[in-house]
Amino acid sequence: MSVKTPIYLDNHATTPCDPAVAKAMWPYLTESFGNAASRSHAFGWAAREAIEIGREQIADLLGGDAKEIVFTSGATESDNLAIKGVAKFYENKGKHIITATTEHKAVLDSCHALEAEGWEVTYLGVDSEGLISLDELDAAFRDDTVLVSIMAGNNEIGVIQPIAEIGTRCRARKVLFHCDAVQALGRIPFDVTEMKVDLVSISAHKMYGPKGIGALWVRRGRPRVRLSPLIDGGGHERGMRSGTLPVHQIVGFGKAAELAKADLTNGGIDRVRMLRDRLWAGLKDQLDELFLNGSEEHRLPNNLNVSFAYVEGEAMMMGIKDIACSSGSACTSASLEPSYVLRAMGVDVELAHTSIRFGIGRFTTEEEIDFALKLIVEKVNWLRAMSPLYEMAQEGIDLKSIQWSAH
Amino acid sequence: MAYSDKVIDHLENPRNMGSLDRNDPNVGTGMVGAPACGDVMKLQLRINDNGIIEDAKFKTFGCGSAIASSSLITTMVKGQKIEDALAISNSDIAKELSLPPVKIHCSVLAEDAIKAAIHDFQNKKQSS
Repeated sequence: MSVKTPIYLDNHATTPCDPAVAKAMWPYLTESFGNAASRSHAFGWAAREAIEIGREQIADLLGGDAKEIVFTSGATESDNLAIKGVAKFYENKGKHIITATTEHKAVLDSCHALEAEGWEVTYLGVDSEGLISLDELDAAFRDDTVLVSIMAGNNEIGVIQPIAEIGTRCRARKVLFHCDAVQALGRIPFDVTEMKVDLVSISAHKMYGPKGIGALWVRRGRPRVRLSPLIDGGGHERGMRSGTLPVHQIVGFGKAAELAKADLTNGGIDRVRMLRDRLWAGLKDQLDELFLNGSEEHRLPNNLNVSFAYVEGEAMMMGIKDIACSSGSACTSASLEPSYVLRAMGVDVELAHTSIRFGIGRFTTEEEIDFALKLIVEKVNWLRAMSPLYEMAQEGIDLKSIQWSAH
Repeated sequence: MAYSDKVIDHLENPRNMGSLDRNDPNVGTGMVGAPACGDVMKLQLRINDNGIIEDAKFKTFGCGSAIASSSLITTMVKGQKIEDALAISNSDIAKELSLPPVKIHCSVLAEDAIKAAIHDFQNKKQSS
């Protein structure tokens, strides 16, 4: 068995460009370099045509209309545009927003920025599985609520929120519903009509497309969603986002969307799920005291987030340096705080320090999973042999009964 | 985290990892840190009747620099007199391992571990 190391198991952070995507982009950097806004010559027409094809491909992935796609620089901008854009456009209608504590920072920080300007935000908590409560959502609606923002699939724990049920509730109250579907698209079926969403954030590089391009899908009919733009200029993208369109990025994004849609039906995503399940089954088989973070049932097929009790996450990642993954440990973050998502779920801070996130991808192989499994088991056993906490637990000492010195 | 080669070396080849007999009257045990903070160090020293540290063992739950700091101090204190071991400061450890500023607390913890182990040894001697 020979595998090339390091192995990439961090597909929630980003994904490699599919070779078919890169190939599709190439001509638009060289011969077809026109500005899509140039209406007077063939270079502009070719660019415009390529962009419209890209729009169709992306809209097709989520069951929307091509005219509803607004291109952005990425999902961070999409989240900002959706939340701040809706809030500002509808500010005379109401200034209350509902979101959840486990949302991406782009959503949370957009809400924080609005709070500083006088908006009110309700942050729904999550249960131990990472799911919001629909009853709590019902109770959170107010007469002045204008927007609900809940993500489809969580970037850390892969938990899938009940989007269609949330959508039904928002529609009944005539409240707009924004969904960050960055991690979910191409991994689970996601149709804007079935989900009853009004705005959807999308990122190309999370689905084997290029970095630097994303989109906000904005519903045009029933309800027709309006936004105040964050960026003013030439009035591109229905006036919602000005700026010359990056044709090659959009061509790549479109191709990536087409491949992501195919993955759902051609067995691609089933293979990813099988590899994820193989890794989890193998770990459970060979190691004790493992804790799966997030719902096992309502979970993206590519995500595995595990706490390896008694083994600190950063030391673990250094131990398994032949595997690229990430940790919810404080020691890996700039803030020295463990993952806010795990904390929101009520995961003990001790266990949050030991969490590792694996993200399986389209290009992950069975050989890589088997190599990773062997290495993880070996290093966990080694680090546990080094861990005074594991030693104490083996001696039957209840770690919670000890008075630890805080530092 | 970009670590120095010394940290990586201590992490991959920890020195004196393990345990000494906690009940040995000549063994002092120091346990510092807290699981909730992400690091716990256990340092054990066997000290002879002349006050010389004959052996040192550690076990650490923590990040790479916490493991490296505890591994390093075992090599520093072995063969030392109690007074010299007590004089080791966190900056000696941080400097030796070229720890980045956010990891200085690991060296502080290592210094505390030495003091805690010696304190435990001295308590044992006084009460016996």
